[in-house]
Amino acid sequence: MLEIVSAGAMASIQDLGRPGLRRLGVPRAGALQPDWLRLANALLGNAEDAPAIEFFAGGLSVRALESPLRLALAGPFAAVVVAAGSRRRLESWRSVTLAPGEVLRCGIPVAGRVGYVALAGIRVARQFGSASTYARAGLGGLDGKLLAPGARIPATACRGGGESGLRPPPAGDRSPIRVLLGPQDDYFDEPSIAAFLSSPYRILPAADRMGMRLQGALLRHRPERGVEITSDATVPGSIQVPAQGQPLVLLADGQTAGGYPKIATVISADLPRLAVMAPGEVVRFAAVSVTAAEAAARAREAALRALIDGIGPYTALAGLVDLQAIYTANLVSGVVDAAGDE
Amino acid sequence: MSFRFLNAGDTALTIEFGDGVERRLLAAVSALDAALTQAIASGGLRGVVETVPTFRSLTVIYDPLLTSRAAIEAGIRAVLGAPVTLDRRRGRLWQLPVCYGDQLAACGPDLDELAAACGLTPAAVVRLHASLTCEVYMLGFLPGFPFMGDLPEVLSRPRRSEPRLRVPAGSVATAGTLTAIYPYESPGGWHLIGACPLPLFSAAWPQAALLRPGDRVCWRAIEVAEYRQLVAGMAERWASPGPPREFLLDAAVDG
Repeated sequence: MLEIVSAGAMASIQDLGRPGLRRLGVPRAGALQPDWLRLANALLGNAEDAPAIEFFAGGLSVRALESPLRLALAGPFAAVVVAAGSRRRLESWRSVTLAPGEVLRCGIPVAGRVGYVALAGIRVARQFGSASTYARAGLGGLDGKLLAPGARIPATACRGGGESGLRPPPAGDRSPIRVLLGPQDDYFDEPSIAAFLSSPYRILPAADRMGMRLQGALLRHRPERGVEITSDATVPGSIQVPAQGQPLVLLADGQTAGGYPKIATVISADLPRLAVMAPGEVVRFAAVSVTAAEAAARAREAALRALIDGIGPYTALAGLVDLQAIYTANLVSGVVDAAGDE
Repeated sequence: MSFRFLNAGDTALTIEFGDGVERRLLAAVSALDAALTQAIASGGLRGVVETVPTFRSLTVIYDPLLTSRAAIEAGIRAVLGAPVTLDRRRGRLWQLPVCYGDQLAACGPDLDELAAACGLTPAAVVRLHASLTCEVYMLGFLPGFPFMGDLPEVLSRPRRSEPRLRVPAGSVATAGTLTAIYPYESPGGWHLIGACPLPLFSAAWPQAALLRPGDRVCWRAIEVAEYRQLVAGMAERWASPGPPREFLLDAAVDG
């Protein structure tokens, strides 16, 4: 059993989500960065789609209760294991064993806003085929709730064996976020499309699992088309533009239908990269073709497979990233509800 | 019927038949949805994850690692216009209780403003809304959120220019000629005119959503005391193995 000692806002249990229910208004949910969740599980020998803990700027502390547990860390953060009278520092992208009573403290993500902790032999009930927490409707997770101090996650006791590490960890990528224009790019005039594809947009503090609001060049609706559409389906990655002209990107928990014109859709290969960016960061968009987006989806999967193939016995890998330096320099602001509307 | 494909990223394609809320568009969407469902059931259109019907378009969501836009487009063109077996069950008729207006803090904060914008008294807006029998056109936005219509033109107003960050669960709302109930607290831009103290979605129910497209809904205005009484029974209704049938007027056609 793993006990939550502390969890910041929005920390929850996620897996790869709950497809198939959008016609009832139920979003897929699931990890904002599914590749990291799959890596964390792969480090443990779990099924890649097993549930794991997703945490945000509040960091995460967990304690092993009566038996030793094996955990894995994925994401740009550092951690310490606190035992009676000792502390050991850890970098991410590895598994670690907690003896009963030991606490793993994960720092806030040093780049972006999300980190994952997977748990060997985790046992969480599934609803509609998934353990992903969708707290708004009380689905998944532990009783449909976000993680809070005192919550307990059942898991199989660790029976020995070595710890694993990932070598090398995933590379950072600061290139523009690729989009496919549409489905309602014809609601915007040419200068607005050009501005959208050439201007920087800042991620506003109101970012959550539902979506992120952006601030940058104003996007104007063609007066003859208007600022509302007959509500149609949205997907994670849909970029809606409400009347005020500032875009908002729908994420894993985003609403399944909406009445604002959607100027573009983030391609599946780049959505996780955007979803984990922190408020205050600046993003740029670039339009690509369907063919390029499909090639990017295959390339992303191949890169993930290569990382998983690179998992081996953990050995201290010094000097990979100086997480501590960035750790102290990059505090992110508080997180409140972002909003798509209906 | 004419249609066009709309880009919705590399995991989704939207087939749009037109604009607005019209019976012929809803029928075209249902027919394509049924045709695709049949094609998928018989092993076609590999890689489709799900289909999402809305007022005037169907969105096909797929896994780009298992299929491609070209294959999905070809699969859709192959079934468009093919004869399909539509679900001919008559929609069920529900009568849902609504506490209108500002009798409670959580109920209908926009009733007066909407009434003024429509040139009506709040009481007239309530009378009009409560006298309607609405049809559920689609579910979406939130789990179990029913898009229903039609309101008379006199009640039609665009969404609020400044959406609320928090609309309370149960809010009965209007936008244009549509009306809806928010099943859960969420952001929202509709006009809030009342509150309905019933769950609209539960994982414990066989079909999860209380309402389904094609169902009809009429309304019963209730006072605060009854509203409170119904709110007190919410947890039990959520946990019960089926939706609350006492609000079903023609249980005989329930299928």
